[in-house]
Amino acid sequence: MMEEYFNKLDLLKEKIDRYKALGSSTGVDKELEKVRKEVIELYQKYRNKLSRWDRVILARYPNRPYTLDFVKAIFSDWVELHGDRFFADDPAIVAGIAKFKNRSVAIIGHQKGSNTKERVYRNFGQPRPEGYRKAVRIMQLAEKFNLPLITFIDTPGAYPGIGAEERGQAEAIARSLEVMALLRTPIVVVVTGEGGSGGALALSLGDKIFMLENAIYSVISPEGCAAILWRTQDKKEEAAENLHLTSYDLKKLGIIDDIIPEPPGGAHMYPEEVFLSVEKYIDKSLRELCEKRIETLIQQRGDRFRSIKFYKE
Amino acid sequence: MSWFERFRKQRKPTKKEGSLTIPEGLWKKCPECRETFYRKELEENLYVCLSCNYHFPINVETRLSYLLDNYKELSAGIYPIDPLRFKDTKSYKERLREYQRKTGKPDAAVLVHGQMFDIEVICIILDYSFMGGSMGAVVGEKVTRGAEISLAMRVPFIAVSASGGARMQEGVISLMQMAKISCAIAKLKKAALPYISILTHPTTGGVTASFAMQGDILIAEPGALIGFAGPRVIQQTIKQELPEGFQKSEFLLEHGFLDIVVERSKLKDTIYTILTHLFKQDPPKC
Repeated sequence: MMEEYFNKLDLLKEKIDRYKALGSSTGVDKELEKVRKEVIELYQKYRNKLSRWDRVILARYPNRPYTLDFVKAIFSDWVELHGDRFFADDPAIVAGIAKFKNRSVAIIGHQKGSNTKERVYRNFGQPRPEGYRKAVRIMQLAEKFNLPLITFIDTPGAYPGIGAEERGQAEAIARSLEVMALLRTPIVVVVTGEGGSGGALALSLGDKIFMLENAIYSVISPEGCAAILWRTQDKKEEAAENLHLTSYDLKKLGIIDDIIPEPPGGAHMYPEEVFLSVEKYIDKSLRELCEKRIETLIQQRGDRFRSIKFYKE
Repeated sequence: MSWFERFRKQRKPTKKEGSLTIPEGLWKKCPECRETFYRKELEENLYVCLSCNYHFPINVETRLSYLLDNYKELSAGIYPIDPLRFKDTKSYKERLREYQRKTGKPDAAVLVHGQMFDIEVICIILDYSFMGGSMGAVVGEKVTRGAEISLAMRVPFIAVSASGGARMQEGVISLMQMAKISCAIAKLKKAALPYISILTHPTTGGVTASFAMQGDILIAEPGALIGFAGPRVIQQTIKQELPEGFQKSEFLLEHGFLDIVVERSKLKDTIYTILTHLFKQDPPKC
């Protein structure tokens, strides 16, 4: 049933793209308006039927906007910086400096690819230790030059490979968490797609944490969880239900600050609207965070995670 | 119940006349070299195989007796809950009850305040026999408190890990423990109180990717499996055989991710010596 929904959305998205390619004119705008009505109608019919697994599908949608799309749309004067100064540059994590509304900031994010070639180049957004070490380098650069840090989270997880283990995947993640914990600059985190386990958390220890409406954040992928606990990946939908990995779940658990709403159908349908919303949330957060004394900020950053208590005593 | 299961249940093992009834646990077989030993013999050798040096996993009390001269448990009354009402083939609640019955413990970590010779320490020990030492809210809270108490009392912190990683049944709450612990450990380290992390067989996943790798000094027991991803996951991903000794302590030492690999019999002395070097040193006057 939901497959039908996604197929219909794909067709509408194709229509939108074709109209947009024609350039703006009153005729085209009118047609686009018509398509939008169709999208809204379709979305309203299905929105309450979206299961947690459907959110997983949306979070991984192939034409969903990725970190560099956000960077291009929201920031200016972007300079990408490469390399961990030890071993290599990891294309699965991008990092750099840019301007956000007349304020210079540092940006770090996972990067997936938008076509097969780029996906392979970006290792499907699965970082190796070099990626986290590059991230730490940019975090410390941000601290030194008084740049607020913004991170974009979208990874299936840190890469499980021989080289990654040899070069200390676990140590790289652990170090990143430790550095973020006391970093003397404001940190805003936006989970845009897949918040895949430790590989996502490694860049997510921030002062403000937002999730796009259809993003997910989980300790393990539903497939991985199903394979371990049910001994078959076929139970991934049930695993997704149990894992409580949607933005709504995380808001309810008090782990994230807010959900950034997506346009009807999802972020990939109208990316420019998502860019605008994300920009607003970042703007509001930076205004608030930059007002605080740095000691207060770091204290509150620790307190926010300290207050996650789900036990009895 | 299918017929063969019924059949299996009814079948009782037949006992040959004249055979001895061996009390359970009198012998122990080494999973590495398959040699069998008297339990007593093994115990005297600190549960280290006499022929191949395999370090058997040991329970928390045994571990504590090897490391500390005396101790008092802290925060013993923290119990897990089931915040997500997680249910796979069994419910999480049921699993918890089972492990609590089996181990007699509320969860997979024990936090103590104790004495190592003349140095007071705070020590957290993970219990692999409780759900694979997995880290949920209770383990996360105890490690965090451990770091906080060390800081407040200004004494060194020692963590002994043995864990499969974050506990899936507590979902993203388990994941957040890594962030919570990292904040506490970062503060502890900034205050220049020694934090020594001991990695034992096996330590993987979110535990390795947080406090187990955040120690000022990283020590492992010989032959311990230590990594981020488990070997099975890696094998499935890359579809290749893994190299000999991959992810073992000696492999990590060779690649620069451990300070020392130390035999169980020398662990306490080694930690103590390191603490005497690091703890309460006056700044050099030069």
